[in-house]
Amino acid sequence: MIDTLRRFGGMFGMIAVVVFFAISLPDTFLTARNWLNISQQISMLAVVAAAMTVVMVMGDFDLSVGSMASLSGVVAAALFVQGWPVPAAVAAALAVGLAGGLFNGLLVSVVGILPFVATLATLTVFSGLAFIVSGGRTIFGRDIPPEFSDFARGGPVIGTVDDRALVLPNLTIVAILVVFVVWVVLEQTSYGRRLYAIGGNREAARLAGLKVVALRFSAFAFTGVGAALAGLMYASRVASANPTQGDGLMLTAIAAVFLGMTLTRDGQPRVLATLAGVVVLGVLDNGLTQMRVDSYVRQVLVGAIILVAVGASALGRRGLMRQSGR
Amino acid sequence: MTTGKVPAPSRPAHVLALEGLGRRFGAVQALKDVGLTLRAGEVHALMGENGAGKSTLIRILAGLDRPDAGRILLDGEVLPPASPAAVRAAGLRFIHQELHPVPGLSVAENMHLDHPYPRRFGLVDWPSLNRAAADALGRLDLERIDPRRPMSDLDTGDQMLVRIAATLIGGGAAWLYVMDEPTAALTNAEAERLFDVIAGLLRQGAGVLYVSHRMGEVIRLSHRVSVLRDGAVVSSGPLSATGQTRIIEEMTGRDLGGLFPQRNPARAGDVVLRATALSAGPLRHADLGLRAGEVLGVAGLSGSGRGALLRALTGALPRRAGTVELDGRPLGRTPADVWAAGVAYVPRERRSEGLMTRRAIFENVALPHLSGLARGGVFLDDRTQRRIAADIGARVQLRASSVTQACDELSGGNQQKVLFARALVGRPRVLLLDEPTRGVDIGARFDLYRLIRGLSEDGVAVIVASSDLPELLGLSDRIAVMRDGHLAETLPAEGLTEAALLARFYHEAAEAPA
Repeated sequence: MIDTLRRFGGMFGMIAVVVFFAISLPDTFLTARNWLNISQQISMLAVVAAAMTVVMVMGDFDLSVGSMASLSGVVAAALFVQGWPVPAAVAAALAVGLAGGLFNGLLVSVVGILPFVATLATLTVFSGLAFIVSGGRTIFGRDIPPEFSDFARGGPVIGTVDDRALVLPNLTIVAILVVFVVWVVLEQTSYGRRLYAIGGNREAARLAGLKVVALRFSAFAFTGVGAALAGLMYASRVASANPTQGDGLMLTAIAAVFLGMTLTRDGQPRVLATLAGVVVLGVLDNGLTQMRVDSYVRQVLVGAIILVAVGASALGRRGLMRQSGR
Repeated sequence: MTTGKVPAPSRPAHVLALEGLGRRFGAVQALKDVGLTLRAGEVHALMGENGAGKSTLIRILAGLDRPDAGRILLDGEVLPPASPAAVRAAGLRFIHQELHPVPGLSVAENMHLDHPYPRRFGLVDWPSLNRAAADALGRLDLERIDPRRPMSDLDTGDQMLVRIAATLIGGGAAWLYVMDEPTAALTNAEAERLFDVIAGLLRQGAGVLYVSHRMGEVIRLSHRVSVLRDGAVVSSGPLSATGQTRIIEEMTGRDLGGLFPQRNPARAGDVVLRATALSAGPLRHADLGLRAGEVLGVAGLSGSGRGALLRALTGALPRRAGTVELDGRPLGRTPADVWAAGVAYVPRERRSEGLMTRRAIFENVALPHLSGLARGGVFLDDRTQRRIAADIGARVQLRASSVTQACDELSGGNQQKVLFARALVGRPRVLLLDEPTRGVDIGARFDLYRLIRGLSEDGVAVIVASSDLPELLGLSDRIAVMRDGHLAETLPAEGLTEAALLARFYHEAAEAPA
């Protein structure tokens, strides 16, 4: 019983959160419309957190994902201003993400700088570039082509409630696809298994013939593209781009991965667990907003809940280890 | 070097008595009704295969774990269970095989890690810190170690001696030293220095509980031997009454006969692996020709380039100069190239260099072979991986509940077998083994020796680097002797004695290297 509680404590906590909001907000919380709304709100975070999981599997970090998201948004918007067609501008912004990720990978795996230091530096670089590209201004209004901003507003109709169409948002579909791709890559391919091996013991992985440098290099590139994609999703949703709009994603994404790690049996990052972490953070945000909790108080509450979850998991794990005599 | 064991002094001092200790973990009875008497002034050896309960017993002694039954008495007084502080006050000190020195700090600072630094006017009093360290080192006749040097200057052996000297600091008369496989990481020369210090401790009236797999050391040092098997003491008594073969039988419950399998009559195959003027790290201009079906031992002092030779061949150490050829074709420079070419490697440090300890056995076994075991080279096929790991696991006599078990739940010997299984998956042409039986119990050793010999009969070329001389002599067809970074000479193992081999370690070769 105690074991079950320790093992699934995090899951119970999440269910408790949902039940609490369902009781407090009986009319609005447990509705399909609200959950579709939540799914759209968390879609950017889900993409960034899934991409972050790829590097955290190796025991690495990428602190630059937030500023990369901002940069890709303003790059796309600036190219719209230049009259680029939407697909070309989007491809260019994703290419910027790829280039930034490769640069991170170069610093971390080839040069050998600690990921914390390297990506802290590139966070600043990308952020500065975002200001240069945008001239420090928000790009909005007629500069943003409607095909681009309509994407976030649209989506396939999946039903009707009270004579109003229920729409599965395009952004949600994108997030689900990204999480699925990351899940396939990490859990179903030898590439993913190798990344987990690096996280398990980097030197052992190298001596067992894994190309550790190339693997880390490519994983950071993957994360860079994911961050850029999230930046585009954000820009599409708000139909504008400013040089700081993605910055908040980084800390929340790391928090989501850590929350997810409390759910896995071995305490490893797993992308589906990360998704659960993202959902919890999204539900908290949505529920507390509906209960009209002040946004600063909300920040304190969310931070405290993360600490409780991760702390309880650490204590539980220690208890398990004591029991098994190790 | 010491001449042998110091006679136990006649005056009896402290006595630690363990009575009826029991400990159960779930379904496993790790210890049952263990009784031992440890006396000051003598070396009491504790032997047993991995999993016999030695570690559990040590943890209980150290106050890190609480026994389910039984008690520990110091001179007739019951010690409170699970209290490291009480254990320390009772005069027990623990020397573990894994040292965790802080390399950047000085020897003296490392010795004071568990104690407050001496202070003057609120600041660290460096002269008296160094003096206290020097005094402690002096009591063990270790004046040659300067307490102001950084810990990283010292070899592993001296780091262990510093750890022992540190127990003399900070008052509280220590009288019983529990040493858990102290020589596992030491070279022969370093071990000799440890034995000198143990002799010094005995002369000062202290006692030692000496946990080791190495029969030679136990016979040489101990006054008394206790053997644990399946959590129970199967024998305990003065060494004279317990011969080497009996100890082995008692530990394993079976008659091992000869520990080493018969050499096969020299079937010199073709040269498979050839190194020419290979230089890497401390290794300089090594020439080597390895034939199919032979076991080549690599011997030498620590730092002679013994391990560097293997690390250079595997690509773990960047090659500075020279060439390596496999079947006449150049061998790549990185571990990835080397594995792909059919040269498998079992590294020296199985926990830090070999295993992903928290991951499953089958994942560890499959790691270098993932592409070959995946569908289309990309998509994981865990069922195939598990089947292959189980097949090869059976071949190396891996004992585990299933291949999905995490490696850190295995004993040292079984962890080593996981690495052997990993090496064998790709049917290697060449097998490179660095200290293959370090910290491995005698039963698992026997299995590994037979496995190595069997592989060589199938035509696999094997190189074994080892600090264990009986192992080299018993297992190898030829022995390459490393001196000062050079591969100095290669000798046939047949008819070679330990003394003769050891003498070659120090020999200044006048003749051209073989």
